[in-house]
Amino acid sequence: MRNRAGVHANEKAGLSQERRLKELIDSVIRLGKKSGAEETEVHVDETVDALTRFANNGIHQNVAEHGLTVSVRTVLDGKTARVSTNKLDEDSLRAAVESALSLAQSQPKAPHLLPMLGKQRYRTVRRFIPATAKLSAADRARAVRRACDLAVKNEQIAAGIFVSGQMQSAVGNSRGLFAPYRQTRAEFSITMQQGAATSWAKGNAADVRDLDPQALAERASKKAKLATNAVELPPNKYTVILEPAAVLDLVGFLFYDFAATALEDKRSCLNDRIGKQVFGKNISLVDDVYHPGQLGAPYDGEGMPRERVVLVEDGVPRNLVYGRASAKRARKKPTGHGFALPNEYGEAPMNLVFAGGKASLEEMIATTDHGLLVTRLWYIREVDPYEKVMTGMTRDGLFRVEKGKVTTAVRNFRFNQSVLEMLRNVEMMSHAERATGEEAFEMVVPAMKVSGFQFTEVTKF
Amino acid sequence: MWDLAGHSLDVAKLRGATYADARVMHLRQRDLTTKNGEVGTLAQTESIGIGVRALANGAWGFASTDRLTKDGVAACAAEAVKIAQASALAKRSDVVMAPEDAYVDSWQSPFRKDPFEIPLEAQLDLLLKADAEMRRVKGVTLTETDLQFRKIDSWFASSIGSRIHQRKVISGCGIVATSYQGEEIQKRSYPNSFGGQHALRGYELVEETDLVKHAPRVAEEAVALHSAAQCPRKTGTLILGGSQLGLQIHESVGHPIELDRVLGQEANFAGTSFLTLDKLNTLKYGTEIVNVVADARLDHGPGLGTFGYDDEGVPAQCTDIIKDGQFRGYLSNRETAHLVGLARSSGTMRTESWNRLPIIRMTNISLKPGTWREDDLIAYTDDGIWMDTNRSWSIDDRRYQFQFSTEIAWEIKGGKKVRMLKNPSYSGITTEFWNSCDAICSRDYWTLWGTPNCGKGQPMQTMGTGHGAAPARFRNVNIGTAFGDK
Repeated sequence: MRNRAGVHANEKAGLSQERRLKELIDSVIRLGKKSGAEETEVHVDETVDALTRFANNGIHQNVAEHGLTVSVRTVLDGKTARVSTNKLDEDSLRAAVESALSLAQSQPKAPHLLPMLGKQRYRTVRRFIPATAKLSAADRARAVRRACDLAVKNEQIAAGIFVSGQMQSAVGNSRGLFAPYRQTRAEFSITMQQGAATSWAKGNAADVRDLDPQALAERASKKAKLATNAVELPPNKYTVILEPAAVLDLVGFLFYDFAATALEDKRSCLNDRIGKQVFGKNISLVDDVYHPGQLGAPYDGEGMPRERVVLVEDGVPRNLVYGRASAKRARKKPTGHGFALPNEYGEAPMNLVFAGGKASLEEMIATTDHGLLVTRLWYIREVDPYEKVMTGMTRDGLFRVEKGKVTTAVRNFRFNQSVLEMLRNVEMMSHAERATGEEAFEMVVPAMKVSGFQFTEVTKF
Repeated sequence: MWDLAGHSLDVAKLRGATYADARVMHLRQRDLTTKNGEVGTLAQTESIGIGVRALANGAWGFASTDRLTKDGVAACAAEAVKIAQASALAKRSDVVMAPEDAYVDSWQSPFRKDPFEIPLEAQLDLLLKADAEMRRVKGVTLTETDLQFRKIDSWFASSIGSRIHQRKVISGCGIVATSYQGEEIQKRSYPNSFGGQHALRGYELVEETDLVKHAPRVAEEAVALHSAAQCPRKTGTLILGGSQLGLQIHESVGHPIELDRVLGQEANFAGTSFLTLDKLNTLKYGTEIVNVVADARLDHGPGLGTFGYDDEGVPAQCTDIIKDGQFRGYLSNRETAHLVGLARSSGTMRTESWNRLPIIRMTNISLKPGTWREDDLIAYTDDGIWMDTNRSWSIDDRRYQFQFSTEIAWEIKGGKKVRMLKNPSYSGITTEFWNSCDAICSRDYWTLWGTPNCGKGQPMQTMGTGHGAAPARFRNVNIGTAFGDK
């Protein structure tokens, strides 16, 4: 292999220096110019990730990866295409540029293609935490060992992951735009099993010091004990208290419905519903990448600065998010939510923040005569795209609430529930917090007490 | 590539590994889509790197890098050993691997037309024509088409002396018409939903699928669904078309037989399985006509689960999963085989890419064909519902309770398809469902469907799996629960 444009020159496990990424981007832009491209845009994404996985109270998988990908988009004669590679020698990069030009020439002119953006200014976000970047395999193993020891002590079985990682990305183009971003990520997730009962807890943060694996292990352990001897209840409409992870995984499926392109394509549940009282008056939602509970770059796939957008105000959908092309078609301002071009999906809000309320989970339980406490939901899929009916299962801890108290564990249910209806039936909410689940990306959501939640069938455990 | 892979193994051994394997993988992919008559995605990606798996102090470590230099792979191998040594700090027991021979071989999936050699203009022209045919139909509000091609080279080397090169060429294609009317969004796809049909084949798959020919019907059905009757809620007879049955097999047979799930290794994410070890050879999974195999051999067909060797260097095999209705086998690897009394892995370790650890995966999990003609299946059904083309799928984390909805259904009365039904769905408990199967169509109606999007593992890996199925009939099934009494 020939020289890799200086990237990795002094690296062992960490990220390349930002200066190196800029040099790499500039070298590809030069290759684009030499090859005859009218415009060239380059994305660079570098990942250094490690994940320690445990099950049956011991580590069984333990992985690390380091990768850097260059993705180049060229424009010539109103046509564009993208080619990505992780081969960084000059010949390979030149080949990528030439392939992008060749791909682009094979198609008709793109009618909505705009000139690339010029230089932009971005708000500073600090999401790279050295303490997270420094975490070693031995550090993760020791934390896992403590969690597994707790499981053994409580005669339970632990399974989960401890992740630490760092990533950086940058977008640059031949019009002078350069947008760099780097962040770290730590995540601990644990499932505790006691006989046939299970429970689960998970946390995710840029700063590993904001994560307390042992506290999560203790929480899952306590709930697994409570989850034993589950009783079977008939499927029906119930008042439910959804913990933040359960709310996140369900409402997360709404995100693309707020894309301007989704409405243009008439595949959004908000078709003909913008400006109407779709949700309860207690529901307000923004997309805000700058919120302290959020992660992510302050720019979109074209390098457009992301804006905070009010999506729902007092239950009324008010605004959509726009990429540059959809904004032009709608005669709106782009909001900085576009995906990298070319694509057919346009844009999406990726940093949802619910307004939340003031109730605690304990108060929600104390004010419930008959209901269910839901730890998390699983395998959620869309049944009806316009009414936004979602199906899925409860998982890892479903509990009966009677006369203000959690009384017993309950066998898991299948639900078929409209998210629109659910967000009209929210009776109480907690303070919104950064939550993490398995079905949707992380967002800031409250716990919710919801009436009339539709469970349709019950499973065997 | 062999030099780099071999060097990584030498370094791993020097650092203390008692076993190591390395995969250099080179992945190329081309994606083309159109939407409403315009080109959507036009992209090509290429990725190359090495993943090294090392066993040290009785525990596993895995590291990967795209630095394909002597120093780069040495550092990667050293890191894999260091991680294995860290794993040993919290190991439960020493890893024991079933014996396996060393192989020096090269294998390539057969194809007639290399999709990367077909001019892009011709590929886009095909998609735009299919798109235009769908847009001709009044009431269609969104049209989408896609082509996806992959070429994957892998060089596997292990410390027991295996050196295996494999090349796979994968093609996929599909079209979708969507119609929004009133307060309803309906859609139809061909030849399957969520990306169409995918197989270990060349461009000939696209030509045989003939997207343009089917485009008008797909569009017309999407619009017609608005005025179709609602699928009733009842307990009754269900006939599943082949592609939907393929997904049913995937979810309610394929996942529960993964031995890593059964042993709790996926408990935190994908879940476990109701097929605990005591069920092997004792559980009546289905009726006597239900026969399911896990078959990765080319003899089974060019499925997404077809290969010469798995990513642990074990040759492709055919394993009985359900024989005459009885549960007979799991999907295993070299580490788990001995736990179910097997002398050897069943060869199901697969990885998405060079930067992912191989894990137990479905290969081609197929329902063997029955004896029925499709016409007879309808003619001998007095009152039933035929459902086709998946719209949503969901199953609990132990794989008991499932619910599927499909894009379209037809009511069968007195042995005839009498009318179209919209919003069909059905649900049930896995073993009750397979024990209600009373008719399976013959090989003439059997297709090896490709599921390109199976997610599993942490970090998540997406894998293609194959599922051979012909239409089949099931009795006393819960129908229409998802939509209730709409």
